Amino acid sequence: MTDIAEAFAAAFSLVYHLDSDLGEIVLLSLQVSVGAVAVASAVGLPLGAAVALFRFPGRGAIVVILNALMGLPPVVVGLVVYLVLSRAGPLGVLGLLFTPTAMVIAQVLLVTPIIAALARQVIEDLWVEYEEQLRSLGATPRRALMALLWDGRVSLLTAVLAGFGRAIAEVGAVMIVGGNIDHVTRVMTTAIALEVSKGDLALALGLGIVLVALSIAVSAAAALLRGTLAQGRPR
Amino acid sequence: MTVPSILPLELRAVSFERDRQRLLKSVSMRVASGPKTIIMGPNGAGKSLLLRLCHGLIAPSEGTVLWHGAAGRDPLRFQAMVMQRPVMLRRSVAANIDFALSLRRIPRPERRQLIADALERTGLGAFARVPARVLSFGEQQRLALARSWALHPQVLFLDEPTANLDPAATHVIEGVIEAMAEEGTKIIMTTHDLGQARRLADEVMFLHRGRLLEHAAAGTFFAGPQNELASAFLRGELLWWERRELTPPRA
Repeated sequence: MTDIAEAFAAAFSLVYHLDSDLGEIVLLSLQVSVGAVAVASAVGLPLGAAVALFRFPGRGAIVVILNALMGLPPVVVGLVVYLVLSRAGPLGVLGLLFTPTAMVIAQVLLVTPIIAALARQVIEDLWVEYEEQLRSLGATPRRALMALLWDGRVSLLTAVLAGFGRAIAEVGAVMIVGGNIDHVTRVMTTAIALEVSKGDLALALGLGIVLVALSIAVSAAAALLRGTLAQGRPR
Repeated sequence: MTVPSILPLELRAVSFERDRQRLLKSVSMRVASGPKTIIMGPNGAGKSLLLRLCHGLIAPSEGTVLWHGAAGRDPLRFQAMVMQRPVMLRRSVAANIDFALSLRRIPRPERRQLIADALERTGLGAFARVPARVLSFGEQQRLALARSWALHPQVLFLDEPTANLDPAATHVIEGVIEAMAEEGTKIIMTTHDLGQARRLADEVMFLHRGRLLEHAAAGTFFAGPQNELASAFLRGELLWWERRELTPPRA
């Protein structure tokens, strides 16, 4: 019992004194996950909207695959990216393995299906409501898609947040392709895993506290943003 | 306007089926520019379907829809439609009209004036910056009309534009429709409100259970329709007795 209490005390002291190691790890985590979510949104939102709007052969299969990929095991994605980026792999010449870029790539693969699948659902529901009106106004598919993405912004923000939640909390993929190298590729989740196995519960707990606080901060910020975005909503 | 009209519109034996149900049965008609055409009939007669077919939102199962004046142009670009439940984008009142204008590739400097005019003539001038979705239902309906007006269409379809509105709001909407007709827009509108049909119609089409039963000048139609069902409708007798699954009303 006292162990846990001590660990908590040490953890709070680390957070309180803005321990530089801790700060570095938190910053890198944010950089990797925010970067991955930005790329995944840029790809996933239009992709989801396109699958929602257009009827083409194989569309049903794509919907099933997208939904299935939402639950992609991170370690498997990590392994695949590892194989591709490793020296003998097809992209080995780029020398990206064990760099933050490799971690971003792995997280993009994990997060894009989540954002795309959720966006598809949001846009498909909106399309039912908007289709005849947009066609009557003479909207081209591209303009219709942009209008739907903008009008679905509140719900789509939730999809992006779900993606961020997945990215920031994920261990397996970043551990494999990043390697958890101190000062280079160590992020919160990999550091927690390492410190726990080493028995340094204080740092692990400190990171855990930051991670949870960060999640709360992000969803609070999103709630505020949603309030601003929601102006044009029905009463 | 130097742009030649896409009218007249002709429907040749147009039928529409959904789930093996024939909802429109071999409708043939021809409407020319000028008179305001009102399509009347009880609920489920196929009025909305007929409008959407003419407007090109749905394709006929059989028959053809012809715009004789189109001459190779896309007829949709010269039409607008006010839906029974118009969809407003989640942006300001002015931006909703701007969006419609930008889809017609109207240059930005021209849009400003068109938007201001349309808002003023529909009495929405004060709402330009208000999010469209916060407007009341009647105001949204007016905005839908303003959006159509800004496009200056040759043909305007209206699907029961005042179905859920109070008399004051209805009055405003009817005024706007009259004004647009005076500016040369061909009005084709559905309603099941007899009073409204009498106020607005120059010619009437009577639709019942997917069939076009009568197409006549308003004066002739209201004086005494040829068709027995149409005259029953005018007398305010419900047309339920035609439906076998419903019990007839007792006298």
